[in-house]
Amino acid sequence: MTTIQTLIDAAATGAVYALMAVGIGLVFGVLRLVNFAYGQLVMAGAYALALTNGLNPVLSIAVCFAVVIALTMTMDVVAFRPLRRHGASPATMLVATFAISFLLQSVATLRLGVLGKTVGTLTGLNGPIGDGRLIVRWIWIVAIVVAAVTLALLLLLLNRTNLGLHMRAAAADFRTARLLGVRANGVISFAVLLSGVIAAIVAVVMTVETPYVTSDYALRDTIIVLVGVVVGGIDRLWSATLGGFAIGFATGVLNGYLPSTGTWPFTSGVYLDSAVFALVILVLLVRPDGLFVRRERGAVERV
Amino acid sequence: MTRANTIALLGPVTLLALVGFVGSLLTDVRAIEFTNALIFAAIVVALYVFVGNSGVLSFGQIGFFIVGAYAAGELTVPADAKQSVLPSVFSVIRDHTVGNAGSLVVAAAVGAIYALLVGIPLMRLSGLAAGIATFAVLEITQNIVRNWEKIGPGPLTLSTVPETTDLWQATIGAMAVACAAFAYQLSPLGRKLRAAREDPFAAQAAGIDVHRQRLWAFVLSGALSGFAGGLFVHFQGTINVQDVFLDFTFLSLAMLVVGGAGSLWGAVVGALLVSGLDSFLGDAENDAVSWLHAPDGTRMVAVAAFMVIVLIFLPRGLTRGREFSLGWLRGLRRSGETPRR
Repeated sequence: MTTIQTLIDAAATGAVYALMAVGIGLVFGVLRLVNFAYGQLVMAGAYALALTNGLNPVLSIAVCFAVVIALTMTMDVVAFRPLRRHGASPATMLVATFAISFLLQSVATLRLGVLGKTVGTLTGLNGPIGDGRLIVRWIWIVAIVVAAVTLALLLLLLNRTNLGLHMRAAAADFRTARLLGVRANGVISFAVLLSGVIAAIVAVVMTVETPYVTSDYALRDTIIVLVGVVVGGIDRLWSATLGGFAIGFATGVLNGYLPSTGTWPFTSGVYLDSAVFALVILVLLVRPDGLFVRRERGAVERV
Repeated sequence: MTRANTIALLGPVTLLALVGFVGSLLTDVRAIEFTNALIFAAIVVALYVFVGNSGVLSFGQIGFFIVGAYAAGELTVPADAKQSVLPSVFSVIRDHTVGNAGSLVVAAAVGAIYALLVGIPLMRLSGLAAGIATFAVLEITQNIVRNWEKIGPGPLTLSTVPETTDLWQATIGAMAVACAAFAYQLSPLGRKLRAAREDPFAAQAAGIDVHRQRLWAFVLSGALSGFAGGLFVHFQGTINVQDVFLDFTFLSLAMLVVGGAGSLWGAVVGALLVSGLDSFLGDAENDAVSWLHAPDGTRMVAVAAFMVIVLIFLPRGLTRGREFSLGWLRGLRRSGETPRR
């Protein structure tokens, strides 16, 4: 029974992380930009929900989407585009998104205070289902279903529409895609917009189980997902998403199996992070391009 | 050394000395801010030795910084306080107490050894995989330091460390780190690595073992990071791994990139400028600046906004990754080195 419980817990965490991974992977695909500030988009959405607690849930969620999408597009226009135009290196772009993340965090602290706010939009979904032997919360089912549906829709978009074809082309080889007539700015903006929509979804789902919102909301999750995305293989959306799911799932499973006591490293729950990150290093050493990336023979090592 | 190289070294070293000198003329409170800026310069230069010369992103250096800081701190905690501060550490740490200078040497040595052990497997990686793997090292380091009570105070703050880092020690320390960094980048080892940074395939074809060259830079960077950790712990008198590991990692990387990751001059300028701005706005918040009052919290927002603006408009940093030269002083764009990328 506990095994099943652990697996369900892990799958629920993995589903939310997979969604974040899609958002991060999409932007990386078209912009070659690792968006560290992604968590702050989720944070903004969570605050939007918390500040509209009194409203009708539908309205509140609409506000959340509007805020996150507006912030995403602002980020694109104010930061991402100039960065591209000035030909910043990937490392500079990553550090720039750290700085953006700091900026948004400190603005949130300054405007909304150090003490957090609590979201009460969909609290009902946090209740358990069933007779109590096996704890399954509604929100976990919602999270898994939402993640699956979002992914399915995205795959349909990418594989069955012209826009999706353009996006895949831009992700695979940006310059050639432009030469072949793909409207680069439109594709980029659309991908960034989609990543914003996904951040808003994540905000809605995440605040149900973790309703207490502070300025560092979702920061830790973003870091973990970024790690997962690279471990899975950031060059492809599929592998990035699987990476996000895998690190959430692995964390959940290890969390369930490590005993809560013990003093020597790696034998107790307090060393969970060490165990997860040791696994990360191991995977990266064996498969530096990503765990879920098919190895191409004769591929040149990227430096 | 050629004349251009001498000037390129004298620029950052003189700037560091000047910061120390100006700090010594001011009140104690200001001197503490100047000391802090100099320690950050040491941290950022240590980071630069690897990131700047290799062009590979690393989040691991604050891990070496932490290990150096804890080693130096634990070995200088007065013998009579050890029982209460470090109740369950290994007897090696419990029974040995070293002086100020000795602890800095130990910090550098521990940082170097740790970097060597980590670097041997990890230096084969590059790009984002290298970044994430070094980040994993940072996470594991903080997780173990925070929980394993045999090597430190566990989740508690390490305290009662003698506060021996004054303005002069910080100045000399930062200058020494800058000199070591410069000596390395002029040495055959440094030149090989910089060649590999520009074109890894050409460098390999010319017989350079890129992974080995990266490893040497990583170890030197680890030693300097550990040393900076020693300076820091003797400056604060206390350290808690949770308070520093993420903040310092992002801050030091941001300082480096803001200054210009391609040059020593950039590392020094970035560190001094950002920490100077930070301290200045902190003072303005506390009404210590007569002509400017900033509302609480402006400091964080302004520093972050400054970094975002610099990175967007000058992606190669304030110095554009060039070393200091007299032409720079005159505001001319003349430099011995061609800009990167």
